[in-house]
Amino acid sequence: MNAVLTERQPPLSTLPARKAVRKSSSGFGDSIFKNITLIFALSILAIATAIAWQLFKNSALSRHAFGWSFLSKQIWDPVAENYGALPFIFGTLVSSTIALIIAVPLGVGVAIFLSELAPRNVSDACSFLIELLAAIPSVVYGLIGVFVLVPLMRVHVQPFLIRTLGFLPLFRGPAYGVGMLTAALVLAVMIVPFITTISREIFMSVPSSLKEAAMALGATHWEVVRLAVLPYSRSGIAGSVFLALGRALGETMAVTMVIGNRPEIMASLLAPGYTMAAVLANEFTEATSDLYVSTLIQIGLVLFAITIIVNAIGRLILYEMTPQAEAH
Amino acid sequence: MKKFFAGLMSLGLLASGTVSWAEALLINGAGATFPYPIYSKWFDEFHKSKPDVQFNYQSIGSGGGIRQISAKTVDFGATDGPMSDAQLDAAPGVILHFPTVLGGVVPIYNVEGVSGKLNFSQKAISGIFLGTINLWSDPAIQETNPDIKLPGSPIVVVHRSDGSGTSYCWTDFLTKISSSWATRAGKGTSVNWPVGLGGKGNEGVAGLVKQTPNSIGYVELIYATQNKIEYGRLQNKAGKYVNCTTASVAAAAASAKMPHDFRVSITNPPGEDAYPAATFTWLLIYQSPTNKEKGKELVEFLKWMLSDGQKYAEDLGYVPLPANVVEMEKGAIGKISL
Repeated sequence: MNAVLTERQPPLSTLPARKAVRKSSSGFGDSIFKNITLIFALSILAIATAIAWQLFKNSALSRHAFGWSFLSKQIWDPVAENYGALPFIFGTLVSSTIALIIAVPLGVGVAIFLSELAPRNVSDACSFLIELLAAIPSVVYGLIGVFVLVPLMRVHVQPFLIRTLGFLPLFRGPAYGVGMLTAALVLAVMIVPFITTISREIFMSVPSSLKEAAMALGATHWEVVRLAVLPYSRSGIAGSVFLALGRALGETMAVTMVIGNRPEIMASLLAPGYTMAAVLANEFTEATSDLYVSTLIQIGLVLFAITIIVNAIGRLILYEMTPQAEAH
Repeated sequence: MKKFFAGLMSLGLLASGTVSWAEALLINGAGATFPYPIYSKWFDEFHKSKPDVQFNYQSIGSGGGIRQISAKTVDFGATDGPMSDAQLDAAPGVILHFPTVLGGVVPIYNVEGVSGKLNFSQKAISGIFLGTINLWSDPAIQETNPDIKLPGSPIVVVHRSDGSGTSYCWTDFLTKISSSWATRAGKGTSVNWPVGLGGKGNEGVAGLVKQTPNSIGYVELIYATQNKIEYGRLQNKAGKYVNCTTASVAAAAASAKMPHDFRVSITNPPGEDAYPAATFTWLLIYQSPTNKEKGKELVEFLKWMLSDGQKYAEDLGYVPLPANVVEMEKGAIGKISL
């Protein structure tokens, strides 16, 4: 009976999850289990929907006052009650993008080293230390940023960039120490553990038959990684990147301490900027008028929406990239 | 038997309930961060003298304090900037302002090669924060400091990124001394700063100024003295360059005409020795508190604050209330109907 079933059924991974589980004979316990877990799943959905609804409802005042132009205006004037979110959207997207540009090669590189090249005990120890990086509170990153990174940037790194790459508009302006690049660096350090841990797990789960096949064809160690390990892990790495991006988009305390908090769109990476999460953290407690509070809540709504959109795009890309049939 | 034990348990619960009535009365407040150190001290000392009354204060910011007292989620609020007429009208009852202490906001700076105190004229300080004066060697700054050689470096302005009563006092001062500032940015706990980096909290601004060469910012006096950062003298309305001291802040408070509802701005007051960037900080209490017992204790606290409490102010870097304000307040406490 068992042999017939396993022959008849397609590989488990391509089946919808529901059919892959064999029907059990004891119905009652299982149906309770199913319903309870269904309730848990629905409650998460309900909480997310409730958050979105609350954000939408409480930002009604500012949505009616500003309309869609809220997303394209650059002014932020609490005294004249004239608000626009564009500098914050720009700051959030730019700092997260640059953080990803720095963190993805770094994270994937570390993961490759730990899974392929390092001896097992070194790999385990380093992996543990990298996971610790993810556990450090964000405000501690902010403090390290202010007391260590900012002086370093102001005295050494930024003047160096101005001297060597100053012909590019990206690296112009006074060397404040704080700025978009500094914030991106802090974010990069914060999101590397997400990319590394997940990628390392995926690399280690690559079937050895794939790697052996590449080696049998005469591939060097790096070519094995390039031809067998990386293509297999593409979707997993992409998943970890979007997890990391989600963290970077919402990061508040570490960013607000090192970004300079200036709501202005500047071409230079050395200029101060502002992100949506940072302005919420800074101005929410002292926002006195109803319109001001409503505007800040609208910024929260915009951040929520951007996070969803970015994750949706990520999921779509992931879906395109996932091979539809498992390789044996 | 079960009924006997049930009865015994309910009796025990009732007894414990009675016991808890004798525990401390908890009075909740929320608001400004600037006076938090002195309020902490006062609540602690008051509790020592009256162990059955406990205060709980959350320093969430003046805006939060105003919102929470208007929503009646706390028994008293605290704010560095007085409530506007619109805010008072929106509250469900009459809210009274009670000044507690005075504070001064000072311009801190970190200029290469400069170690003495700089004098900032009204023209200079408003130009610096407007961004129209952007070099330290600008004549507007140099002419008031003939003995100090100022470098030709660009000025890095640092302001508060978060909303704050300190910003309110500073922008109120700038609004009064400069009409360009009044139109460009105005006064508020948060404004549209023409130039500068934003630091979070007084400590953020102090940290940025301390670290960044050729920078200028503004903080409460206590942050400048405790962090040992150089701060300058401001030119007052009478034209004199005044240092921020207990005496100059008290002179500012005394020279301003105190209205009967205590809502007054004492920035840029007349008075020879008055410091131009000082502010009161207020407690917000309903004229007819809903909980009469808590209202009674609040009145007792206010009376204690005006007599014994004031002596703790100077050690913590605040300026005690002038005598005429104390007298006015003692009379105003009578307005609270219990």
